[in-house]
Amino acid sequence: MHYQPKFEPLFSKLGWAGLIAFAFVALVVVPYLYLMAPDGSSLHISSYTVTLIGKIMCYCIVAVAMNLIWGYAGILSLGQGLFFALGGYSFGMYLMRQIGREGQYQSDLPDFMVFLDWKEYPLHWLGTDSFLWAIVLVVLVPGILAFVFGYFAFRSRIKGVYFSIITQALTFAFMLLFFRNETGFGGNNGFTDFKRILGYSITAPSMRAALFALSAFFLLFVLVLSRILIKSKFGRILTAVRDSESRLMFCGYDPIRYKLFIWTLSAVICGIAGALYVPQVGIINPSEMSPANSIEIAVWVAVGGRGTILGPIIGAAAVNGAKSFFTQAFPEYWLFFLGLLFIFVTLCLPFGIVGLMSKLKRKFMKTKTER
Amino acid sequence: MQGVLGIKNSSGESAIVHVAKSEVDTSHGPILYLDDISVSFDGFKALNNLCLTVDAGELRCIIGPNGAGKTTMMDVITGKTKPDSGTVFFGQSIDLSRMNEPQIASVGIGRKFQKPTVFENHTVFENLELAMKYDKRVLQNLFSKRRKLQVKKITETMEIIDLSNQADRLAGLLSHGQKQWLEIGMLLMQEPQLLLLDEPVAGMTDDETEKTANLFKSLAGDRSLVVVEHDMEFVSEIASTVTVLHEGSVLAEGPMEDVHSNERVIEVYLGR
Repeated sequence: MHYQPKFEPLFSKLGWAGLIAFAFVALVVVPYLYLMAPDGSSLHISSYTVTLIGKIMCYCIVAVAMNLIWGYAGILSLGQGLFFALGGYSFGMYLMRQIGREGQYQSDLPDFMVFLDWKEYPLHWLGTDSFLWAIVLVVLVPGILAFVFGYFAFRSRIKGVYFSIITQALTFAFMLLFFRNETGFGGNNGFTDFKRILGYSITAPSMRAALFALSAFFLLFVLVLSRILIKSKFGRILTAVRDSESRLMFCGYDPIRYKLFIWTLSAVICGIAGALYVPQVGIINPSEMSPANSIEIAVWVAVGGRGTILGPIIGAAAVNGAKSFFTQAFPEYWLFFLGLLFIFVTLCLPFGIVGLMSKLKRKFMKTKTER
Repeated sequence: MQGVLGIKNSSGESAIVHVAKSEVDTSHGPILYLDDISVSFDGFKALNNLCLTVDAGELRCIIGPNGAGKTTMMDVITGKTKPDSGTVFFGQSIDLSRMNEPQIASVGIGRKFQKPTVFENHTVFENLELAMKYDKRVLQNLFSKRRKLQVKKITETMEIIDLSNQADRLAGLLSHGQKQWLEIGMLLMQEPQLLLLDEPVAGMTDDETEKTANLFKSLAGDRSLVVVEHDMEFVSEIASTVTVLHEGSVLAEGPMEDVHSNERVIEVYLGR
């Protein structure tokens, strides 16, 4: 009589129901109401709301990617904002090309290049007028940077807080580089005033709805993908890297490869999220690469609950929802609030909101059985 | 056999897809050669021209006072520490000093740490599964499925280490002695040719120690074992040959009785 390993489904029944409900609302209901419901009707959803939720969903994607490396592999990267921004810039180049001659100087070149008195596109803009090449860049630029950086960092066995610090330095270095006009990415103004994607107006409601639905779809995709990864043997090896890397090495696994794989995957996901984000908010500039931005990503995951499936999404949505409210109501106090929130969560809720909820649930069940 | 995760086909396909091709060559007798190894940390000589050979199928015990270099020796064999000078060979042809930890593990050297080291957030079953001799590369594990043969092998190992009824328990919740056994079980799953065991019976009850001694004796012959232990009763029960380390080199070597009556050994280690 052999031991039978328990069969664990990918999601619980409730989980599947939640996913399907979310897919239905985000892919059907919201776009329909946004496009079809008349302006005065109580069911109408404004462009502002659609863009705001679309933006927050992009942040949620980043949070899921952050959770993959921090929550499961135990690598605290404080540079995910860089990959997000690089994805945004890669797609932004295409958006700049789509402006055509409608810029202020009515030139074939973007305004900032005319301003710098450049006569032609620099070499790294080659081919960026092609939508397909832009998509390839969105994946390759963050992916290759992450792979090369990760290879050297992991090979040198840089771990823990040292790794966090050099990822901060990396994103800071890139921010300084992108601030320079000579780099050819619009300096501190970055890219803005986008007009079209594939010839369609970027401010048209149908385009907004499409970008919204695409973000929702990619969020669902990333969520299911991360669940599949974590439930596989690969996922068990990943958490073993987190818990006892030396034991794993003496079992014959090379942790460098596992870290490099998940680190690169996480960077690519962040890059795609950035590419979805930029057309929705209409601007990308080097401040997206500021060290504080990357730290904020870690705060989302910590608040929601790292190493849990829904935690990062709840965290990103809650913190950004609070941010939208706070920056309007008390603009000066937002950063104080964020700092306090992080301290509070670290001290009182080591497993974040999700951890708190499951604790309450256990308590509730216990009192129920005691009665 | 319903409920077993991912049986692709029920015919007896091999559970082992990709394993190290280089078989260890022990045609001349020894499985492990340490020749003239020196390691120093900030001027402190942890190993000092250490020479040691272990024969294939042998059960060798290493004893010696604290700081004699026992753990450093294991670090050198498993690739954790690179020697300043000297050579380490596994069999006739495998030069261990050129390899890193995972490579050394996959040519067939398993190691149990002094402090029991298991994956605390994984169940007993999963711990054994992770240690199993199997393809350890990334993509292969991304799509791997549990097979019947593997489950069978893990079940057998759980019986050997007496943890069958704890299969779904998190390893972090086990007692100290059970963790020691789980780690030994993980070594068995790796199917190594050479097992290095650093204080395997520390924290075990007499019963458990007895059982471990029997297990080690049954493994010797097919496999080679190097056991570092302070428990002299345990050592004299299992060992045919004992090596005494002192200040980074071999002080004495031979059968337990000889070592026990050696003047120098009594002076530095056993005490009068």
